[in-house]
Amino acid sequence: MSSPDIERQWTTRLRHRVTGHLPPEKVLPDTQPAYVASWIYVFGVTTMVALSMVILTGFVLAIRGPLWWHTSGVGHYVNSLHLWSVEVFFFAMVIHLWGKFFMAAWRGRRALTWVTGVVTFLTSIAAAFTGYVSQTNFDSQWISTQAKDGINATGAGSIFNVLNLGQMLMWHIVLLPLVAVILTAVHVVLVRVRGVVPPFEDAPPEKP
Amino acid sequence: MAGLALLAALFPLDHLGGYIHWGWVDISYANAIVVALMVIVFVAALLAPFPGHGRRKESR
Repeated sequence: MSSPDIERQWTTRLRHRVTGHLPPEKVLPDTQPAYVASWIYVFGVTTMVALSMVILTGFVLAIRGPLWWHTSGVGHYVNSLHLWSVEVFFFAMVIHLWGKFFMAAWRGRRALTWVTGVVTFLTSIAAAFTGYVSQTNFDSQWISTQAKDGINATGAGSIFNVLNLGQMLMWHIVLLPLVAVILTAVHVVLVRVRGVVPPFEDAPPEKP
Repeated sequence: MAGLALLAALFPLDHLGGYIHWGWVDISYANAIVVALMVIVFVAALLAPFPGHGRRKESR
């Protein structure tokens, strides 16, 4: 195949596009700008570490199932790790959100980075909610019977039935984690492409 | 077991939780404590010096 033919291939064009936007030194940078040396910048990665723990402990819970996590000591322990990872996840994510809000982190063509973060936050709330109603205990029964009226009032109850344990569990362990992980990956790639938002005084002047 | 009994006495989980009623705000003590902790950590993250900050040089 001749060189112009190769250049026209979709694989070649996609590779040029990807490496143009995201060269290796941007994917795994050696250094960061000086302003990143602040504690306020650690909460994004803290959120991702907590998300990793949530998924890891979720895998273990899925292997053994509800009878195990309700009746055995190790099951209780892993169940608690799953819960507390979620607590750390939201704790860090909200502080990350506050920090980025007051930095106006959507500046410098970073609107999509901000939007993917917001949608990930909303997806995570739904993932946590479906987890609370999937515990298979009195707590989950109470939460689901209380929540059904609110959900039904929105009209969503016709397709999203919080009293349907099977449906809630599928949303909790398949759909919502998949969306949350994909959005997180897109969010991180966008941070790598555009870089960490600089403080106001270090930012280049915006074009009118 | 004594430690567990002490914990159970300090944090009784078989009672209804306490709530703060402040105008239209209605929040449990547990949630209020978590929110207060988040605000404290947020302010601390802004003010606390980052290790090695003085040694770093701007790279770009």
